[in-house]
Amino acid sequence: MTRVFLDHQSATPLLPEVFEEMKPYFMEAYGNPSSLHQHGLRVRDAMKKARARVAAFINAESEEEIFFTSDGTESANLAIKGVAYANERRGKHLVVSAIEHPSVMNSVEFLEKQGWTCARAPVDPQGRLRPEAIAEAITPQTTLIAVHHVNHDIGTIEPIAQIGRIAAEKGVPFYVDCEASAGWLPIDVQAMGANLVSFSPHRFYGPKGVGVLYRNRKARIVSILHGGVQEGGRRAGTENVPAIVGGGLAAEIAARELPRRVARTALLQRRLWEGLKARIPYIRLNGPEPGPERISTNLNLSTEFIEGEGQLLSLDISGVAVASGSSCVSKSLKISHVLAAIGLDHALAQGNIIMTLGQDNTEQEMDYVVETFAKIVTKLRAMSPMWEEFESGVIDSVISPTGRGKSFTDHAASISGKPAH
Amino acid sequence: MSETYTLYNETVMDHFLNPRNMGDIKDADGVGEVGAAACGDIMKISLKIREGRIEDARFKTFGCGSAIASSSMATELIKGRTVQEAMGFTNQEVVTALGGLPPVKIHCSVLAEEALKAALEDYIKRHPEAAGKPDATIPA
Repeated sequence: MTRVFLDHQSATPLLPEVFEEMKPYFMEAYGNPSSLHQHGLRVRDAMKKARARVAAFINAESEEEIFFTSDGTESANLAIKGVAYANERRGKHLVVSAIEHPSVMNSVEFLEKQGWTCARAPVDPQGRLRPEAIAEAITPQTTLIAVHHVNHDIGTIEPIAQIGRIAAEKGVPFYVDCEASAGWLPIDVQAMGANLVSFSPHRFYGPKGVGVLYRNRKARIVSILHGGVQEGGRRAGTENVPAIVGGGLAAEIAARELPRRVARTALLQRRLWEGLKARIPYIRLNGPEPGPERISTNLNLSTEFIEGEGQLLSLDISGVAVASGSSCVSKSLKISHVLAAIGLDHALAQGNIIMTLGQDNTEQEMDYVVETFAKIVTKLRAMSPMWEEFESGVIDSVISPTGRGKSFTDHAASISGKPAH
Repeated sequence: MSETYTLYNETVMDHFLNPRNMGDIKDADGVGEVGAAACGDIMKISLKIREGRIEDARFKTFGCGSAIASSSMATELIKGRTVQEAMGFTNQEVVTALGGLPPVKIHCSVLAEEALKAALEDYIKRHPEAAGKPDATIPA
């Protein structure tokens, strides 16, 4: 059976050379880096090497600015809560974009319950943030600005350097979540004007179970995990040594391979989107067109008149692994907050599929996905009352309006007796 | 990967991939279309009723795998029942017949029950004589 992995946003396969590098640290060099004997000192040395590799990967001034955590979510929690708590006396106001990852959004909501306030800067329909929107949201009480480099759902690249300049002018620490960009766009913390940056190596062929938080001296943070004095006292808990070692090498390789990986995925991204657009009517791309404003690995699609989970399940049965931001896929029954923030019509948000490319995908795979997806869309539309009602003129298309019939959202509200979200 | 893992159980996956009674009925005697405010799914059930008994039932669904499977199973279960029997239909029958649904997907089976009830109400509206009368086809 043909198997095509198009969910690289969730995971990437470990590189064989990274696996080899990690191997000794399971059974042979099993020491705890906090120990003062030979076993501990050996792994301490390995961690120092990994820290230096990660520092070089993002152009950090010093390896002392690199903290290892368990994953991107922990790094985001430490960045947001760590800075907020450390600066509590200065002010309790935060500024974020409206489309940050849940690890940022939910950390902010947690702080709001404890008396912080937070401005969520809106984005345009392509998910682009205006730097001025951040400038306008800053108050004398603002102690942190958080904007991601690239959006995890729709692949929009944000104007980070411009926001970094605003943050520096106002003297507010600036945190950039690079979870969706690390390994796929160059990250230079100094050029970005970032005081904090987070990412995880499992997005670029490293292992799961390790996250990175970069923090320079301009951003004060306190620990949110209490225990020993690992990671300069900023992150208590025994380090995941094999993953840290693997993450270090994966970062070094990513820096070297980045131009090739980007060129490769950009080519496949265009082929896939052009193919889908030509083959399937009433389909649209959410976020910017492939090019300088969009990461080369992401396609976020809305296929009208059908729902996303059915598309995902049908693709999976045909060997194609994808993700979806549809409410039916989420455990909360809510559509992705990113799709809501860009003002996407509810019907289109329901039919959402996210395809994310990797370096091992091929042209043949893209062609297979186009053909397979076209068949699935036809099958699901034949089952959908919305397709039938569109064809008979009861409802109209949002993507290519015909001018007849009412909107899907109005129709759905009239039959469910409640407005759709 | 040689093994196949599924999100839903075998019965649910079978009804999603090979739905029974999908489509519309020409000159249906009752049609119900309902939407779930919680998630945005939409389900439509059409009925052909002869002498107080459901002769045919068809569905169309805009929704997830379990919504499609729930409507497929609901139409299977109600065929052959009298209108009065069908009025007592509950989502639990769908859940049981499907061998269970994840807790977050139970509302899909509720939507199937609501679509069926809406179709029956539409039938009764069109045939007021069918309402409240003892059904001749139910054995005493």
